Amino acid sequence: MINKTVKDAKAAVADIPNNCTLMMGGFGLSGIPENCISALLERNINGLTIISNNAGVDDFGIGLLLKKRMVKKMISSYVGENAEFERQLLSGELEVDLIPQGTLAERVRAGGAGIPAFFTPAGVGTEVAEGKETREFDGKTYLMERWLKADFSIVKAWKGDTAGNLIFKGTARNFNPIMATAGNICIAEVEELVEAGELDPNQIHTPGIYVQRIFQGKDYEKRIEQRTISK
Amino acid sequence: MLTKDQIAQRIAKEVKNGQYINLGIGIPTLVANYIPSNLDVVLQSENGLLGIGPFPTEDNVDPDLINAGKQTITMTKGSALFNSADSFAMIRGGHVHLTILGAMEVSENGDIANWKIPGKMVKGMGGAMDLVASAENIIVAMQHCSKEGQSKLLPDCSLPITGIRCVKKIVSDLAVLEIAPEGGFILLERAPGVTVEEIKAKTAGKLIINGDIPEMVFE
Repeated sequence: MINKTVKDAKAAVADIPNNCTLMMGGFGLSGIPENCISALLERNINGLTIISNNAGVDDFGIGLLLKKRMVKKMISSYVGENAEFERQLLSGELEVDLIPQGTLAERVRAGGAGIPAFFTPAGVGTEVAEGKETREFDGKTYLMERWLKADFSIVKAWKGDTAGNLIFKGTARNFNPIMATAGNICIAEVEELVEAGELDPNQIHTPGIYVQRIFQGKDYEKRIEQRTISK
Repeated sequence: MLTKDQIAQRIAKEVKNGQYINLGIGIPTLVANYIPSNLDVVLQSENGLLGIGPFPTEDNVDPDLINAGKQTITMTKGSALFNSADSFAMIRGGHVHLTILGAMEVSENGDIANWKIPGKMVKGMGGAMDLVASAENIIVAMQHCSKEGQSKLLPDCSLPITGIRCVKKIVSDLAVLEIAPEGGFILLERAPGVTVEEIKAKTAGKLIINGDIPEMVFE
């Protein structure tokens, strides 16, 4: 078994260069790689293109990287909840590519699966379709979308083993498993790291082949955006 | 005029036993409160859950369990979790029977606009474009007119659209309407106390009125 473990977040992100493309798992603040984001903040890099469904909030998640002006471009489906993001966007400091969430997910999946393009009904007849090839299949029009890949994908899992196998929990799974497949180097941080052989192979969500680096994360805050309680 | 809760209550009557349903943010989320308990339906959350349960109690809050509006939730018996690509595969693949979402404008041929107002901060379309392009039945919950009194049921959408020819039915604060296959809003029901004349005056798109229009009944 190939051992994928690195010491910590700092070691995992140490060679991420300027101007590269990163994928980051998470939906809202759920399932985001908190430790790697903190470690990236300590690095003096910028010009990053980040592919992530959302852009965090002002003082947490990807919002922290934005605040430090490390991000050149965001590729996302929904970017509300972030005033600094809005300021940088309106002032032209930040580029943003907004794409339908299912198209984002499938483009990432396609990137990891070696499918350079596919056709989807999402966005047909809207401004998302501008400049893109459309084609009719069985009487319905579809839009061609290209795969997405990244230099590094950074994901967060619940449990992982030294071979890089991952198990996710709840809706913190979201984009994490597909992004793990689409990064040239995938860094996985996990709440609980165990020896290879300790996880049940039947329960693995992401096979270790996709993961190049794994480490045991710590001090997870798991901030909740909309704490909603039954009355 | 219907309150937001009454709009949700009326939409809940459209729900059928055995359906898998995606509820959008806002009024559509309230629909869950009015689905009759004798119906077995499953609510889908596009961030990766089938089987959304009630909001948690203070002791049961789990940051790893949220809905697409990022609210903390619980799971029902028989729930399933999956990744975002699988989630939209079940949406685009036509496995989700009913999508209920809000709109800023709907056109008489069923186009919907609900993601972007030019000149204002654009937050993104999230999963709305995938949902409207795919679901076999799309019901819209909306206000009939803007705060300035302008009709939001139009011949053509003025705002950037989210999807074309996709809306099947609309429940507004004034009426229930169906999109005619050849175009036009077919008036089906009036809100209590609202006249056909008022609905006519507040619908800019083509309104089709066949015979007497019944008033909605709330139990």
